Formats: sequence, C-alpha cells, structure tokens
Amino acid sequence: MSAGREQLSVRVWRGRADGEFQPFEVPRHATQTVLDVVMHIQRSLDATLAYRYACRVGMCGSCAMSVNGVPRWTCRTHVDKVAGDGRLEIAPLANLPVIRDLVADMREFFDKWARARGRFDGGNSRHDEFARVAPASAERQQVESGIECIGCGVCYSACDSVAWNPDYLGPAALLRAWTLVNDVRDTAGLERLRAVSGDAGCASCHTHLSCTERCPKQLSPTAGIAGLKRAVALAALKGAL
Amino acid sequence: MSARSQTLLWIAQRASAVVLALCVVVHLATIIYAMRGGISAAEILGRTRSNTAWLAFYSLFVLACAVHAPIGLRTVLREWAAWRGRGCDAAMWLFAALLAWAGMRAVLAVTAAVT
Repeated sequence: MSAGREQLSVRVWRGRADGEFQPFEVPRHATQTVLDVVMHIQRSLDATLAYRYACRVGMCGSCAMSVNGVPRWTCRTHVDKVAGDGRLEIAPLANLPVIRDLVADMREFFDKWARARGRFDGGNSRHDEFARVAPASAERQQVESGIECIGCGVCYSACDSVAWNPDYLGPAALLRAWTLVNDVRDTAGLERLRAVSGDAGCASCHTHLSCTERCPKQLSPTAGIAGLKRAVALAALKGAL
Repeated sequence: MSARSQTLLWIAQRASAVVLALCVVVHLATIIYAMRGGISAAEILGRTRSNTAWLAFYSLFVLACAVHAPIGLRTVLREWAAWRGRGCDAAMWLFAALLAWAGMRAVLAVTAAVT
C-alpha cells in the first residue's frame, strides 16, 4: 500500500451502455482487492450497485470487469497492483452488452462456445471401458493448459478482432474447440473444424496476443487458435471441410 | 461464401505472402546491385527487354500482389468499414483483376521484345 493515502478515488460505471461514471471515495486497506472495493461501495455507500461475483478465489470466472481500462478478474486483482496513484475506474467488460452497472450480458460469449461446437461429443457409453489418455501423449500435452479455462470472458473483452468483427467466435470459444480437437475420445472432429473455420473463426485472429497477455490463468488462446489454423488449413487442402 | 472458400482465401494470402517476401528481397537486391555506378532508363530497358527470366520473375511478383492485396483489403473493409457480403467480395475480385492488369501491363512494357 502506498504511504500517505488513506482513501481511494473510485469511478464506477452506472446504468446501461448510455450510462456514466459515478465517483466514490473508498477507504484503502492493505491486501485489498478490486472486488473488495466494489463490495464496499455496494454494502456501505450505494446498495443499488449491480455487479456479479461468486467464489472470490479465482475459480468461477464471474467477477471479471474492466479496471482502469484493462479487463481483469477483480477477486484476485490487488488494488496496489493497478492503482498505485489511488485512482480506480471500474466498468463492465468491453465487447459485451451491458445489463446494468458492472454486469455484462455473457449470453453472446457462451453462445459462441456452442457455435464453436464447444461441447464434448463422445462415442462410448457407460458400458464401455474407460478411455485411457496417456498424460505424456502429444494430444494431451497440447491441451495441458487450455482445459484450465474458467470462462471469465477477460480474453473476449481484450480481443481487437471481437471488437471489429461481431461474428468472430473469440479466444475462449476457439481455445475450448482446440481442447476438443485434441481429445482422442471426441467424435465430432470434422464438424468442429467446419464450425471454427472461415471469417467468423480462427482465420480472423490477427495474433495480437491481447488474450494471452490478459488471461488471468496465464493460458494462451493464441497458441490454441494457431493450432486450429493449421488443422483447418490442412482439412481444407484435403477437401474435407 | 462457404467456410471452405474463406479458408482457401486465408491459405492463398499466406502462400502469396511467402512469394512476395522472396520477390521483394530479389527486387531490392537487384536495384541496389544494378545502381551502384548509376544507370539510365535506356540501360535498364536494354537489360530487361526480351529477357524471359525477368518477365517470369515480375509476372510472378505481380500475380502474388494481385492475390495478396485484395484478400487483405477485404479483411480491412470487413473489420474497419463493416462492409461485408457479396458486394465486398465482388469489389475485391475487380480489384484483383485491376492489379493483375495494371501490373502485367507494366511488366510487359519493360520486358517485351523490341519489334
């Protein structure tokens, strides 16, 4: 905590897309997170503030917001890290419609997971033997980190391609597809490659790496999207798409 | 346009980028090498006219440009001008034809045999 400053100057987005920032003064504490600040405002200063959170320990992915212009998971973002000068500007995630105040509408984000065929399609029943996936196998190693995605929407909010191309599936949905492309148990490989190809799919990634830079779990959607580009290109050249 | 066609465009743009990278290096290296002692337009034409190798090289250069640029411009227009759909695609085909025509006209002007 920086010395000599007892209060945080916080500006919080209020209303819908045509809303405005409202200023608050919030007491500063050691090891205070951005979510602590938002909770203080809602519990002590203005009970009408709408925001979303659940686990508070970086597992559920529900508390992501824009903090000083950067998408972050607020429950694990310390104020000292992002507001050295004692100023915070908190807004709903960019690239998503605003429901109210700090609550972004996540439907489009998760609908795109479905459009990218983000669900597992298995060929076995409960009567079959368990599939054995060797931890050291190439496919399993490809998705070692990708399967840890918590669906917070930070990458989607940070992505320039999403901002420019509303149809673009986005980093999280494509990373999810990449984990399934490498899942040896999955049976929908070609349909999934079709779903993630073209102008709305992996070809629209410009490799700006914003998703990889901002992912709070230190995942690399960019690497997964690069894998999809190779797989989709190969399928197209073979005439399989 | 189908997802497969869109993917083939993406591949064509990357493949043409590889060709362009090589062509630009050869083009610049040739200019620097040939201009060391100064050279006139007449001397340049004297070396390029009736030269099948330069005709083939610059034809490849022009065709790679005609493939690469319209695909990239299509993406720019889709993302920054929100111009999507068949109108944009048709305009890009025309742009590709224009680049190929103008480029080949220039190539033939400096490499064609003198009659």
